[in-house]
Amino acid sequence: MLEVRDLLVRYGEHTALEVGHLAVAPGEVLAVIGPNGAGKTTLLLALACLIRPERGEIRFRGRPLAARDDREYRRHLALVLQEPLLLSLSVFENVALGLRFRGLPRAKMARRVDKWLARLGIGHLRDRPAAHLSGGEARRVSLARALALEPDLLLLDEPFGALDPPTRAGLLEDLQGLLAETGQTTVFVTHDLDEALMLGDRVAVLLGGRLRQVGPPEEVFAEPADPEVAAFVGMETIVAGRVVACQDGRVVVDVNGLHLEAVGEIPPGRAVYFCLRPEDVTLWAKDGAPASSARNRLSGPIRRLTPQGPLVRVVVDCGFSLTARLTRASVQEMDLAEGVEVIASFKASAARVIPR
Amino acid sequence: MSLIWEGILDAIRLLMGDDPEVWQITLLSLRVSGLATLISLLVGLPLGTVLALGRFPGRSLLLSLINTGMALPPVVVGLVVSILLWRSGPLGALGLIYTPAAIIIAQTIIAAPVVTGLTAVALQQLDPRLRLQLLGLGASPLQMVLALWWEARLSLLAALMAGFGSVISEVGASMMVGGNIRGQTRVLTTAIVLETSRGQFARAIALSLLLLALTYMVNLALTWIQQRGVRQ
Repeated sequence: MLEVRDLLVRYGEHTALEVGHLAVAPGEVLAVIGPNGAGKTTLLLALACLIRPERGEIRFRGRPLAARDDREYRRHLALVLQEPLLLSLSVFENVALGLRFRGLPRAKMARRVDKWLARLGIGHLRDRPAAHLSGGEARRVSLARALALEPDLLLLDEPFGALDPPTRAGLLEDLQGLLAETGQTTVFVTHDLDEALMLGDRVAVLLGGRLRQVGPPEEVFAEPADPEVAAFVGMETIVAGRVVACQDGRVVVDVNGLHLEAVGEIPPGRAVYFCLRPEDVTLWAKDGAPASSARNRLSGPIRRLTPQGPLVRVVVDCGFSLTARLTRASVQEMDLAEGVEVIASFKASAARVIPR
Repeated sequence: MSLIWEGILDAIRLLMGDDPEVWQITLLSLRVSGLATLISLLVGLPLGTVLALGRFPGRSLLLSLINTGMALPPVVVGLVVSILLWRSGPLGALGLIYTPAAIIIAQTIIAAPVVTGLTAVALQQLDPRLRLQLLGLGASPLQMVLALWWEARLSLLAALMAGFGSVISEVGASMMVGGNIRGQTRVLTTAIVLETSRGQFARAIALSLLLLALTYMVNLALTWIQQRGVRQ
């Protein structure tokens, strides 16, 4: 459906976006993730031909787009920016806006609008002025406005940003169902990894304006291409080491004199990053660790405990900083505090080794 | 005090149709200022839009010139237009000096920067991402501009009111290029100056009240339209 080649967007001396190659297949939902300022919105605007790149080619249905094709091309897509940006009209007139731009007859327009208002559960808001909508309602209206166009390509910029958790969860579920039901080709950008996991068929990681990795969510989250991607996708323990042994799909990495095991095929002598998610680390009281299949068992004092809602982030000094994440209940039951000695264990299959 | 009271009574008599010349002056005032405002709108709305949305060399200079033009002294405009339209001037052959057309030209030059400048401000106050969102829904440039005008309509109406206000009440340019000729180029403001210079204060007050009433009614209508938009 859409293919981007050698795209470069610069603002003065600053490179805002650099994408070597990116393709979106028909019916696919591509989630573009990255922190604030990574270039996600820039990518979306470039895909919509709303900003002029310094170089690069965008192909739509196999045909390269020329500058004169911009307007015609945009009639095949629908863009939803981060803010709803509704006009001071009724909900009906807002949702009908793009259809009016395309000159759809009034009767057909009304049927299409009513259909999408119903599918997004906002049919009762049809005649309400847009200024009287709540944040969640306005977001649904802006989505309805785009979906009513039944576009070939849907571009969403942080569609769930600034919504309270229950509203966000409801809208996320509804959109997931809609995209699956309609097979709508979609590129949506988000900084939220959960949203990417829920909605994306593939995930593209954008860091510092550069596309770092593209692949199925399980691949990107489990096999990050480099330490920066690893850090962004939630691997909080990232330490430098060197492979000392490799056999039968198992590598042994020397990290500050400690030998840690992971899954991989990297030859001995190679410098690597050893990466681990906090959820994959289990903590035991010093004398309480039973026998287990975990190949890695380390001990050390707790350096820091940081509450994070219902969970607690625990940093253990095992000769390097190892991060675990426990429930508050576990922390209380085990009487964990700074300075308390613990045993940390994790499976070799949970660790990832990235050559450096 | 009796002077003011006489003026009010005189105004009522004039409004009751006692003096046909007053109606002629009033209608001429409405016509020339109305046309000047309309032409200013036709020029100022698109020009203000280009200044607000466009990015081109010299844009800042043009904007500062427009902003300067908003404070242009009417007598200076009157002087320049007089020189241009004078019989021996570059446009003297058109024979426009001391005609209503000359007043319309001068008043347009006064009102156009006001409408242009306030239009540019009105559009610049809109969320800049709205433009991208409209284009991202498939709007053509014209459709995008019309949608932005709709969103800025309250401020654009205020620009229109300001443009009209700047010309219905000016006297310097109208006097200089119109000549205040009875039955031909005498408008409410120039008539007030004349009656005052003659010592006819009651009549001058009556004409002033008429001018105020006229200005108020026009702005009442525009304000009603504007605030209807707010209530919606």
